[in-house]
Amino acid sequence: MEKHKIIELKGICKSYGGEKVLSDISLDIYDNEFVTMLGPSGCGKTTTLRIIAGFEHPDKGSVYFDGKDITALPPYQRHVNTVFQKYALFPHLNVYENIAFGLRVAKRPEEEIREQVKEMLRLVNLSSFEKRHVTTLSGGQQQRVAIARALINKPRVLLLDEPLGALDLKLRKDMQQELKNIRKQTGITFIYVTHDQEEALSLSDRVIVMNAGEIQQVGAPIDIYNEPVNAYVADFIGESNILDGVMLEDYKVRLAGHTFDCVDKGFEANEPVDVVIRPEDVDVVAPEKGMLTGLVTQVTFMGVHYEIIVEIDHFKWMIQTTDYVAPDSRIGIYIEPDAFHVMKKSEYSDLFGDYSSYSFEHELLSENVDEEALEE
Amino acid sequence: MKKVFSKVYLGLIFLFLYAPLIVMVLISFNSGDSTTQIEGFSLKWYREIFRDHGTLQAFRNTLVLSVLAAVLATVIGTLAAVGIHKMRSKRLRSAVMTVTNIPMMNPDIVTGISLMLLFVFAARMLNLETTLSFYTLLIAHITFCLPYVILNVLPKLRQMDKNLPEAAQDLGCTPLQSFFKVELPFIMPSVWTAMIMAFTLSFDDFVISNFTSGSSYETLTIHIYSMIKKSVKPNIYSLSTIVFFAVLVLLIVYNFTDSADDRRERAIERANLRRERRLRKERGELVEE
Repeated sequence: MEKHKIIELKGICKSYGGEKVLSDISLDIYDNEFVTMLGPSGCGKTTTLRIIAGFEHPDKGSVYFDGKDITALPPYQRHVNTVFQKYALFPHLNVYENIAFGLRVAKRPEEEIREQVKEMLRLVNLSSFEKRHVTTLSGGQQQRVAIARALINKPRVLLLDEPLGALDLKLRKDMQQELKNIRKQTGITFIYVTHDQEEALSLSDRVIVMNAGEIQQVGAPIDIYNEPVNAYVADFIGESNILDGVMLEDYKVRLAGHTFDCVDKGFEANEPVDVVIRPEDVDVVAPEKGMLTGLVTQVTFMGVHYEIIVEIDHFKWMIQTTDYVAPDSRIGIYIEPDAFHVMKKSEYSDLFGDYSSYSFEHELLSENVDEEALEE
Repeated sequence: MKKVFSKVYLGLIFLFLYAPLIVMVLISFNSGDSTTQIEGFSLKWYREIFRDHGTLQAFRNTLVLSVLAAVLATVIGTLAAVGIHKMRSKRLRSAVMTVTNIPMMNPDIVTGISLMLLFVFAARMLNLETTLSFYTLLIAHITFCLPYVILNVLPKLRQMDKNLPEAAQDLGCTPLQSFFKVELPFIMPSVWTAMIMAFTLSFDDFVISNFTSGSSYETLTIHIYSMIKKSVKPNIYSLSTIVFFAVLVLLIVYNFTDSADDRRERAIERANLRRERRLRKERGELVEE
């Protein structure tokens, strides 16, 4: 079945005071999916969301909703609603009136309003709160009110701008689950903006990874994690060791002075590539049994596993292992062929993936440098 | 020792500040005609004021003028504040703020004379018979109240989350509906304080009124001034006492509404700071991991 396109962005460009924020963003969003725009602050994800909501107008390009061009429509004529990061609840109204706001503006009969608000309060588990003043609510409760207020207009698309950014860790986890449930119950398309990659992976059907006003990769969370298109995405999503390698032929990649079997193909013979190896895909073995051997420089206990930094051929790898390894010991490592992910070289090559900057040794080093600089 | 000295010092300051007012209030209850010798307690000067048509008329005039000036200045000033708040260019905004603040810094006498000259000039241009009247007085009062209104409302607008009007529009409000349903209720407390402030300023103004009122419309302050020119009797003191207490009550109301509001703002700000600190701590822990 052909999926129905609900929102379409075509060649969106936007700059503020000569500074480019979005360059040529094109994007399709389908009915009934949970899409996340993921990227560091300043990557243009919020601006993209605001363009869909109608708060910003693109310099170039158009926005389509259900096949119709809505680029010139003001926010109040669009069938999308927004949940803001800082809730933006109306402080002069109580919970009930905040949620009822959209229907009151639309001049719906009082009875319908009462019914709808009750239903929304049930949906966000705030049934006994309708008379409460919004300033007396906790952050999580305020965010629920904001979600209910945005959903009561029955939008086709709900836009969420880092809705959990101001909540603390535990509450954030609970709200993530709740958002998933709400989406399932309502069947509305969610477009979610976040800088938290874990949140993006666990919530979404599709993730859009953005950086510097450009889309880096669009795909299902598992594809983005397993098959990142470049070093930027590999580094931003999860932990990764990114090494320079050479693709000798199909299924053979050479890196760190060793030739490995892999499952990638379709590169030219002897093409230089970036190779991603996830920390959890590396097995620790005895030095004589290892494909490579290295010196353990740092061990951190993380609860479920240990995170160790191993120096192999002047490159620091991060490895996650459930077995304890002593610092300063020599270990061997073993990697399965399907653990290698080979990528073409990109503008982001050599910028990411080495864990020498990760260790506290590096921090000490940089402190020394600072002191030296001061002495001069 | 140091403490005693500072207390005495403070006492002296208050004495110098309030002695004239205390003397005025005391003499307003004097039963004799003298303004230097207290003979006994009586309300006769108050009674006289309330029997004096000229004074009562001046009082009514002042009330009408001040209410109108306060309401109009508040409406115009609030709209101006909203406009200034929405300006995108920072340079333009600070330029406009400087221009609106100038009448506040200006000595009253300069404002008064310049307004009078403007009114005379305009009347000449328009071939009007009467130059100075109630209307010129009203315009003058609105003019000098405006910067105070803007200065009162603008900070409240700055406190407003800029997502608030956006949220309203997102839920179906036109920009105008959003202003009346969301923005105006949010800034309303400071609009009220601005109005009280404007009323007080208009009520006790003498200098600017004196230049712009003409002879047909006498305000209370002008009336008091003309009474002094005739003869100084305690009835001036009792009238001044009434004016003083009226203004005092308004100032108390003003401070009360303002400080209650400020307290709330400060509490919210503190809560936000606490939350931010907690979040930062949490992120710090994440980095340490």
